[in-house]
This record gives sequence, structure tokens and C-alpha cells, in this order.
Amino acid sequence: MAETSSRFIGRSIKPYKSKRFVTGDGTYVSDVCLPNMLHAALLRSMHAHARIGAIDVKEALAIDGVVGVWTGRDIEERISPFPESFEIHPLPWLEGVKPVLQGPRPTALAKGKVHYVGEAVAIVVAADRHRAEDAVDAIGIEYEPLPVVVDPEESLQPGATLVHDGSNNNVVFSFSIEKGNVNRALGAQPTMLRERFRHHRYCAAPLEGRGVVAWVEPKTHMLTVWSSTQMPHLVRRQIAAQLDLAEENVRVIAPDIGGGFGPKVFVYPEEILIPFLALQLGRPVKWIEDRSEHFISTAHGRDQLHDIECAFDQEGRILALRDRFLLDNGAYNPMGLTDAYNTAAHLQGPYKIPNLSVSGTCVSTNKVPNAPYRGAGRPEAVFVMERCIDMIATRLHLDPAEVRRRNFIQPQEMPYQAGILYRDGQPVCYDSGDYPETMNRALQGAGYTELRARQPELRRSGRYVGVGIACYVEGTGVGSFEGAKVRIDASGRVIITTGASSHGQGHETVFAQIAADLWGLTPEQVSVVEGDTASIPFGCGTFASRSTVTVGSAIHGASAQLKDKLLQVAAHMLEANPDDLELAGGRVSVRGLPQRAVSFSELARAAVPGWASKLPAGLAPGLEATFYFEPRTVTWANAVHVAVIEVDIEIGTIKLLDYVVAHDAGKLINPLLADGQVHGGVAQGIGAALYEELAYDENGQLLSGSFVNYLLPGSMEVPKIKIFHLESPSPLNPLGVKGLGEGGAIAPPAAIANALADALSPFAPRVNAIPLTPDLVLELLAQKEVRSEASAV
Amino acid sequence: MTTHCAIEMTVNDKRYTGLVEPRLSLADFLRDHLGLTGTHVGCEQGICGSCTILLNGETVRSCLLFAVQAHGATIVTIEGLAAKAKSGDRLHPIQQGFLETVGFQCGFCTPGFLMTTYEFLQENPSPSEEEIRERLTGNLCRCTGYQNIVAAVQWAAERLRAR
Repeated sequence: MAETSSRFIGRSIKPYKSKRFVTGDGTYVSDVCLPNMLHAALLRSMHAHARIGAIDVKEALAIDGVVGVWTGRDIEERISPFPESFEIHPLPWLEGVKPVLQGPRPTALAKGKVHYVGEAVAIVVAADRHRAEDAVDAIGIEYEPLPVVVDPEESLQPGATLVHDGSNNNVVFSFSIEKGNVNRALGAQPTMLRERFRHHRYCAAPLEGRGVVAWVEPKTHMLTVWSSTQMPHLVRRQIAAQLDLAEENVRVIAPDIGGGFGPKVFVYPEEILIPFLALQLGRPVKWIEDRSEHFISTAHGRDQLHDIECAFDQEGRILALRDRFLLDNGAYNPMGLTDAYNTAAHLQGPYKIPNLSVSGTCVSTNKVPNAPYRGAGRPEAVFVMERCIDMIATRLHLDPAEVRRRNFIQPQEMPYQAGILYRDGQPVCYDSGDYPETMNRALQGAGYTELRARQPELRRSGRYVGVGIACYVEGTGVGSFEGAKVRIDASGRVIITTGASSHGQGHETVFAQIAADLWGLTPEQVSVVEGDTASIPFGCGTFASRSTVTVGSAIHGASAQLKDKLLQVAAHMLEANPDDLELAGGRVSVRGLPQRAVSFSELARAAVPGWASKLPAGLAPGLEATFYFEPRTVTWANAVHVAVIEVDIEIGTIKLLDYVVAHDAGKLINPLLADGQVHGGVAQGIGAALYEELAYDENGQLLSGSFVNYLLPGSMEVPKIKIFHLESPSPLNPLGVKGLGEGGAIAPPAAIANALADALSPFAPRVNAIPLTPDLVLELLAQKEVRSEASAV
Repeated sequence: MTTHCAIEMTVNDKRYTGLVEPRLSLADFLRDHLGLTGTHVGCEQGICGSCTILLNGETVRSCLLFAVQAHGATIVTIEGLAAKAKSGDRLHPIQQGFLETVGFQCGFCTPGFLMTTYEFLQENPSPSEEEIRERLTGNLCRCTGYQNIVAAVQWAAERLRAR
């Protein structure tokens, strides 16, 4: 059997089949248009917390073109509630961590009371979107406002307003993990940091919001749903479960998706309501989220408050770290402990921490639900740890790079057992990587030594230039599984089908490169089919930096099975021994006798049932194999970011002068596309560090609910990013790959905050929260003035 | 009783007529009435720039205009951009540039960037990187970090200058 040769893996191939994106021929959910289609709009709560009184829909129904209005009461018997959480926590993890989990089950439309501004209360269907929205405005609804809880610390207090009826307190879950003996280590050490860090609330803000179209074929009753989702198979499962349908009668298609980044990873009320209405009405129904709705109904991210104690020795080595943190979960908890536990599992980063204790508590508040967003708990952990390292450096008058060096896990210590469990229930074990070298590359790329040498002179001339480093490790390619079906059709093409769908990552190209090498073809001879539950029975989805690892490995597994069969068929046709055959150029030939060959196309036409069959006895028809890759555990990528900034201390603005990323995601399939993922992630991280914030007032009203005041970074704000790739292959999968989709977004808040603390070091600022807005920078500078006045007294 | 207005306009060199409510946005008219779904609606507040089109030769946000305001106008949308390639290529050099440099990921914002670039390179055929970045501030991209988009504009400018 032919060996896999690397002809396409590792090459910067431009994305395939992408012309549609520059000609306007992409098909997003909002472009799906069906005959006789109706349009839906939702009435959303204006109150953060209120009892729902009488709802009067008479006036709404009287509007010309309105087909119907449904409230929570109308659907309660027909749509079952959502689960507490969509995340499946594996048994070894539940047994090892013993978390306390309790959560309410949301309903598709609020019933009894509303829990946050934006919660869906009623849905209208009309001939067009304008009329549907007119009718939403015409619904009369009485609310009895209730006290609101927006602050997660208040939410924890005894006697706090309870977000959910029937609960005893607002805690949704809590857990703690420990290694070593933190109490003893902290007690024995005089040098200690005690800090509070806040990682604020912001969101993914994909340029395409959510959207759903549902259609029931009138004769077969087959339900087809198009949704802007990262998880078509999960959406299908929930539709079937909550509407009591057979899964085989439900097909979910994720067409072109205008960005995902996390919040499209679970199932929303509209993904159940729109199919429900299409079934009720016997007509296609469409709902497209507008931007205002997006901010108050699509999940937010981050929002953690950390209290840490960190002991270190005189050399800057960390001896113990205790972190007690709170996660403000908003009103519901769609993704369980994913974010919070990721924070705990990634807190140690690339460092040796002998004693560690992390406890996480997640509380309900009257805000939009919180769910994973690119990085999913990791940026928070990295912000805490990387600020700590810099604070230790400041205390000890050491270079922050040197403190990192002293704490790094060394390459010869790989694989490294980090002493805690991952959320897949397996011990955290860093599988490969050279952390000191990753940092060296980043520092060289940034000209770190020269920058440090120039800093005194710059300061003398009144320029506040700072350099910030942030290191991280990232568990990637998480399970529980992903599958690939590999098929050879009568034209001799290899067709890859998978349940993980692309939203710009370039799956089609990367998977075609992998398959091309496995099959001795060119990527053009491979087709990749994604985003359709009809094409493969099981699928997880695209999230958590996992597709290249899990789908790539599944393609590998399925290809091995199919090759075996293909060679048996070819051996039979060529009257040769399978061991003497080789694959190349879409043909199987006898080694050394290239003219004794049979093409993939001929083989596919031979491997059929019936009279045309040329199969050897005992071999089933069809050239097709499906393999589900179930990774035992994650593979650990790592990176180091260096931000160089200049602060204008008059107006508090931060300008990024340089941004460098040294990145190790194992074997790279396509460096060009990998760069794109890093660029985009860093841009989002810059937004998080400097511009984006979902701020609430004390009544639970969102203050930044549009792009006017929720500021996405633009082309002037994101600098040119320098990327250096290292490749430490993963021993955990056949391709040696690690994930990289999220990485870029994980470190910028920490790197930029460290750079700010560095730039303003003459003022000794406490940079413990983001975003680093001009107001915050000026406040940090003012604190220093207050402090120096106080010390003058 | 809703009043409807008769409108007519030329879109991508084709004449269209329509009977529309005054409140219908131009973006919705192009997408829902003419089936030109390449113009994307990302915010409906004039910020993201995904719905950028050319109206009488100038870029506008089609989400901020009513269809009736475009009565009598000449419009170019993303679907009409390829036809503007003077060489008779199947794609306009700007489209080629975005493909060459991978100036897109999810593709949702891409049509808006292409239309902005089309106007920009007519005004400034030899822009510096700084000028490109400045000009693109009216279009938001959440995927690419802009670096490859800037490269795409540079690639297209070079190709257009070579003509």
C-alpha cells in the first residue's frame, strides 16, 4: 500500500471554491428565498426582570398580512423546554471534579416572567418582515417589574434577588480543583501578590447574525431547516426532541455562515420556533436576526472576576497560586461549565506551578446568557496569569521575559503532566512544544532587546512606549468526536463528507489537501461536503479549535479503511497481490508496471451491486468508508504574543506600534490559512483589549447595543501582525496537527495590558481590568497623582 | 392602507421597475425584489458597510436609503462588478485581488469591501498602505484582521495601473 507523501500538506494553497465570495454568489441563510414564504419577528422583553401580565394581541392580529401571534402560553404544551445546558460533561470529569450543577431550563418563549432584556416573549408571523414588526409593536403587554440583579457579587449575597423562581440562590454551578498544598505554600511565603482582576463582558459579533428558515415539504412532511449555526447536527437533534419529531424527518443545513466564533454553538429559541411555525402553518417561515436583536439575544462572552493570591520566591519562581473566581452567567447557562472550567484548566499556562487551587462559581444575573466565544475561558485565565508574571517582575525588578523563562516547562520535560483534569475527564498533559523557543522567536521578531534598550531614552523624550508579553497554552481538538465519510464516485473523485461546517476557516481547502496526500491526488480532485445533516449521520460541529485535528484524523481513518477495500477490488481486477499495488494520479497500478493499472473511476464502476459488479467474492458494494475520530484527549498548542504600544498620556489613547505572534500548532496543513486565523483572532483580541464592552446599567439595560457604541476594531486599529510559526508535531493524532482557530484571540488582552503597565511604569499603574479605554488609562494616571499627593502628606 | 410608489432604476446595466412601500430600504429592494442577494445587510445602521453599493457612481450604504430615493438612479452591486473589468476578464481585478491574497474568510463583508475599493481605486490609483487603511475604515470585517484585505487592494491597484 502506498505511503502518504506530503505533496500538499504544509503548502500555502489559496482557498478553493471561493469565487462565490467575490461575486456575490455566496448563499447565507438570509439569501434563502422560498415560494409562499412568511416572515417572523419577535417581541422581546424591555425589562431585565418582570412578571408578565396580560398580553393583548388583538390589535396585532388585525394588521393586514399578519398570520398569527404566539406567546409562551400558546406553545408550552407543544414545545418542550431546552435542556439546562447543551454541554455533555463526561463521567470521568464529573467524578473527578464533582461540580455542583443546577440550572433552570429555558423555554422557547418566556412564560410567567422575563429574566433579561431581550428574552423572547412572543413571535409574530406575517406576509413580510415590515408587517411582522408592525404587529410586534402592536402587541399590548403588561409587566410587573421586579428588582434586578446585574452585579455578580451582589447576586451571591444572601437575600439577593433570585433570577429564577424556585431556586434557593443564584449559583448555577461551582467547582474547585487543587494540586499540591496551596494553604501551606501560601502560608510559608512572605512574597505574595493579592490582586483582583476583571475580564469584562463582550461578544463575538459575527457580521452575519443568526437566522433560520424552515420549510415542510407538504407531501412527505419532511422538515428542512437552514440555520446560521456552527452545529447543524445538534440543531437537528433539538428540533426533533423539542417538537417530538423523528430525527430522520428533520434535515438541518448550515449554508455559508457569516462568521461564528462561538455563540452559534448551541441551539436558540428561534431554531425551534421557526420550524414549529412552519409545521403549524404549512408554509415556509423565515426569521433573520437584526443587529439590535443580536446584541440582546445572542450569547455574550467572558465576564469573570478573579481574586488571586500568588506566592513566589526571590528568583521570581511561582510557588503557589490560588484563584477564586466568579463568572457572570447572565440569565441562563447554555454551555454548562465549558468557559469556567476552561479557565481553570488553562490557568497554569506554560509554567510549572507546584501548588494550585482554583475555585469557580457561576452565578445568574438579569443579563443576556453567557456562552463560549473564541478562546472560551482561556483569555480570562491568560489575563490573570500573565498580569501576575509581570507584577512579579515589577516587584523583583526583573525583566518580565526572564521571569517567564524561570517558570517555563522545559522541552525535555514533555510530555508534561500538569496535575489537574481537563474537561474531557483526562489528566491535563502537554503533549509537545518548546515554550522557551516560542518566546525567543516572538521576542526576536519584536526586537525586544533593542526596544528595552531604547525605552529609557524614549521616556526621557516624553514618549510612553511599552512592551507586553503574553504566553499561553491551548487545549485543542477536543472530543467527543468528529466523523468523515470518504467516498470515491464513478467519476473517480474523492468526496469527503463531515459534520463540522466551515464559517470561513477554509475547511474545504485544508481537508482537500489532507485527502489529496492520502490518495495521491491533487486537491482539485477532492470534493468536501459540509453543513448538511443529510450527508452524514453524526456530527459535532466547528468550535474549540478542533476541526483540523478531529476531521483531519477522521479523514485519515476513513481513508485507511477505504484504501484497504479499494486495493482488494483493484487486486481482483488486476489479478495481482494487494501488497504489490500502489496509488498515484487517481489510479491503482502494479508496482513497477505502471501500464497494469485501473483508474479510481473504473474501480468505482466495478464496486457496484448487480450485473456490472466486478467485486471479488465477499466484498460489499460501494467505495465508501466512514470513520469517527474520538480523541482520547486534547493536544496542546502554544503561542507567545508581544504587543508594542505607545500611550498618549494627555488623552489616554493607546496606539499599537507592533504586534508579534510566535505560534506552535503542530504540523501546519496550510500556513497561509493558518495566518488568516491568527490575524482574525488577534484583531478580535485587540477589540477586547481596547474597544469592545457590553455595559449594563443598574436596571439591566444594555448600554452598548449597536455598532455605534459597541466598537469593532477597524482597518486603522489593527496593525500588521508579524507571525512566526513553530511546528512541534502532536503525538496524539496521525497528522501531528493541533488546533489554531481560537489562539489569536486568547492573548491580546493580556499582552496589551502588560504593555500598558510597562509603558506607564513610572506611574506604577494597577492594570487589573480591561478594556483599556482612554477613560481607564486617565484614571490609572490620576490614581498615581492621588497616591503621590498622599505620600507627600 | 399602505401607499405604494412606482420606481424604476438601472441596476448592473439592466432596467428594473417596482412598486414599493416608501419604507422599504434600498438594500431590501435589491435583495428581496431583484434577487441580488450579494449585497449583505450586517447592521442596518450604516456602520458595518456590508451593504455598500454604487449609486450614480458613488458608494452608498444601501441600508440607509429607501428604495424610493433611488428612483431614476444607476446602481452597481457586487453582481455587476465583474462586468466593469475592462479587459473582458471573467472577474474584475479587484475580485481577483481578494482571491489572490485571501482577503476574505466568511465572505459576508466582502461585497462591501469590493465596492468601496472600486470607488477608491478610481479616485486614487496608487494609494499607500496608510491611505488604503484610512479608506477602508467604513467597512468592518470580523474575520481577517484586515491585513489580507489591504494586500488585496494593493494587488488590485497594481494590476489596474498595469493596464
